Amino acid sequence: MPALLEARGVIRRFGGLTAVDRIDLDVAEGELVSIIGPNGAGKTTLFNLLTGLDQLDGGTIAFAGHEIAGLAPERIAGLGMARTFQHGRVFANLSVLDNVLAGAHTRLRAVRPALPLVGAVAELMLALVRPPAVVAEERALRAEALEILALFGDRLVPRADHATHSLSYANRRRVEIARALALRPRLLLLDEPTAGMNPTETAEMLGLVRQLKARGLTILLIEHKLDMVMLLSDRVVVMDDGVKLAEGPPAAVRSDPAVIEAYLGHRGVGAAAMPLEPVT
Amino acid sequence: MFGSWFDYTVNGLIIGNIYALLAVGLALIFGVSNLINFAHGSVYTIGAYIGWTCITYLHTPLPVTMLVVIAGCALLGLAIERICLRPLQNAPQIAPLLATIGISFVLDQLVQMIFSPDPRALPMQLPDWRIPLGRGTIGSLDLLIAAIGVASAAVLFSFLRFTKLGWAVRATALDREAAQQMGVDVNAVNRTVFAIASALGGISGLLVGMYYNDISPAMSFQATLKGIVAQVIGGVGNVPGAIAGSLLLGLIESWGVALFGTSYRNLFAFLFLILILVLRPNGLFSSARRHPPEPMTGTFIAPSRPFRAPRFSLAALAGLALALPLVVHAPYLLQTLTNAWIYALLALSLTLVAGTAGQVSLGHAGLLAIGAYASALLAIDLGTPIVLAILAAGLITAVLGTALVYPAFRLRGHYLSIATLGIGEIVALTILNWESLTRGPIGISAIPPLSLFGLPLESAEAIYWFALVVVLALAMLQTRLLRSHLGRTLRAVRDDDVAARAYGIAPNRYKTLAFAFGGFVAGIGGAITAHLYSYINHETFTSEISILALTMVILGGMGNVLGALLGALALIGLPELFRVTAEYRVLIYGVTLLLLIRFRPQGLLGTV
Repeated sequence: MPALLEARGVIRRFGGLTAVDRIDLDVAEGELVSIIGPNGAGKTTLFNLLTGLDQLDGGTIAFAGHEIAGLAPERIAGLGMARTFQHGRVFANLSVLDNVLAGAHTRLRAVRPALPLVGAVAELMLALVRPPAVVAEERALRAEALEILALFGDRLVPRADHATHSLSYANRRRVEIARALALRPRLLLLDEPTAGMNPTETAEMLGLVRQLKARGLTILLIEHKLDMVMLLSDRVVVMDDGVKLAEGPPAAVRSDPAVIEAYLGHRGVGAAAMPLEPVT
Repeated sequence: MFGSWFDYTVNGLIIGNIYALLAVGLALIFGVSNLINFAHGSVYTIGAYIGWTCITYLHTPLPVTMLVVIAGCALLGLAIERICLRPLQNAPQIAPLLATIGISFVLDQLVQMIFSPDPRALPMQLPDWRIPLGRGTIGSLDLLIAAIGVASAAVLFSFLRFTKLGWAVRATALDREAAQQMGVDVNAVNRTVFAIASALGGISGLLVGMYYNDISPAMSFQATLKGIVAQVIGGVGNVPGAIAGSLLLGLIESWGVALFGTSYRNLFAFLFLILILVLRPNGLFSSARRHPPEPMTGTFIAPSRPFRAPRFSLAALAGLALALPLVVHAPYLLQTLTNAWIYALLALSLTLVAGTAGQVSLGHAGLLAIGAYASALLAIDLGTPIVLAILAAGLITAVLGTALVYPAFRLRGHYLSIATLGIGEIVALTILNWESLTRGPIGISAIPPLSLFGLPLESAEAIYWFALVVVLALAMLQTRLLRSHLGRTLRAVRDDDVAARAYGIAPNRYKTLAFAFGGFVAGIGGAITAHLYSYINHETFTSEISILALTMVILGGMGNVLGALLGALALIGLPELFRVTAEYRVLIYGVTLLLLIRFRPQGLLGTV
């Protein structure tokens, strides 16, 4: 059975720089794969290529049996891929709840009938007239969005009606994850979910990701906090300068000499010296 | 045949030469401050009037006249920098642009009040010798204009390349904050550039005024538009590109005139603008690099906590408005309020498009024009009952308006605003030129008055109720739209279209829906206007109305339905009630826009 995500020979060049250089990446159903590597290794560029926000210069990407290279990001999202952004891109003037509901956009059925040509007009009419099916759908989504917010304890629920620009940085990152979950993704891409979080918040996030994994969600994770990577991952991919340095179970990657060199710059340092959080 | 083409080419280059003087100033300002200075045409006009004053009253020789113009316009440039740019450096990019629109309203109106709106002759101060070329001639003034254009470009180029302040200017253009960190006095750079560019703008006004021996306050807006078009063609902020773009624009206009006639001149200019914006938004001479994906660029949404009126109070207000004619029997008051309700339709439309969907349109009056012409022609040519004609006009405007703006959906921020401005002009110019359908410059007269199922609405009360009911119905419909999934989807596209796409929201589909709904509302507004005025022509719905609508929308709070009604009521109703004369009214609109952007960008009721 093919993997859920199969990327082959993915290339992205920016002028003379090859940011992503012939990367192969497989993610199987239910797996949690982490991508680690120094800043500038090409991790986020790879995410942008997978989600269609950037166009590849070579290679193929298959997702859930579809070839997705060259597809518009909105189509790829429709196939069930959701992501968070490294620096946080919430819809700042929308409430927390509306952000999560916007994440469920691809799941709207009653109000977005799959009609060719007249689909957009039908959507406008249904939104204005609101037949019972549309009302029921919206109500169900709202209930589900509140459930998703409850995953974050009391961090988001009391702020459901607040505009997200008024939230703390950590809470905005949580909103992003909640928004991604609302898409009910088949594959969830998390780009440094704990960046800028203190140890308590990081531990909380670790618990949440573990919970999502236990539910069977397939996750591709970019993370700098290596203790978290080691605890969570089924497999770790190490990138540096756009190329894949190593790939394997966390323990094996941890002691790989090439990886240690990439992180510390020279050989001969024991695995134990590997920094938990590279200086950024 | 060849001979006349040669003449048209020479003529095009001469006109292009004039545009170049404007475009270079605009390019320079954009280069350092990322600002498209809509007040540039006003500076140009003021330059011409300063020159006229010197020559008429002081009888100054040309070099002295030029020096006075340079000094006066440089000072004006400093003032514009101080008012429009410096206080707004941390505001969204579109804010200073809107501020320059506000100041251009103020300046143009002041010129009109001081010198009267009538054109004046600006005597030429150069010896009148001409070199025959083809069947035409090139005169001393043509050569002077060309020389000043080329010389100023050369001086600017070497200033930017070789002087220390020039380095600072370029560093500021690349990264204002980094330049500031490195010790560049960014404000000094901005001041310098505004002074130079404005001096150049003033000189062009003087020379062009002499060239045509005719100056008038109306030349300001056209000059701004042409300068911007030339600049976009050459690549915004690119000084040599601006000159090449200007010459090209002059040639295209001239050849267009050769092929179709004089009234097509501007149509060609704006079609060319849209073509360039859609195909090569970075100009002919820059690479077609995509704009960097930055969230919130171009949106003018100040974070705020919107005022939410309780339902019963809204119902009470609507009831009061409906009951008003029963209590007050003053036709003048009712007519004023009717006028405000019609503007409220335009504001409703624009608050959805610019506020909720974040697409700041500067050509919204074009939608009114489409609706007005559609309804008038349906009623006159096909004998359609008025109510049906108005509804059909709404639908036609929705379809036509959306189709016109659709190619521009890939543009962001101020590029989209310029495109909508151009599209608004194209609508007016198409109406002017499509004589078989629109009766061209004569306009449409004897448009049947409003009537409901065959009963004509004649009294001020009946017309008031008709307009009010339409406004209330459409406002409620729009509120319903905003409360549906479309409300959050449109606002998501506005806040961050990259993130929206990553969540399956196709931005073009939702921008289309916003423009379609907005087009319907504005089209109905235009249609009602047509039946109310009984006469319309291509100048009934000017770009001033577009800017007025934007001021209403910002006043009420972007995206805010109640705010749109309040904005229309305040800006139409208050000046009328206080019997402010028309010329002071425009002044008030400009000042209101300036003050709002500076001190209360979230408007009275807050952005949604």
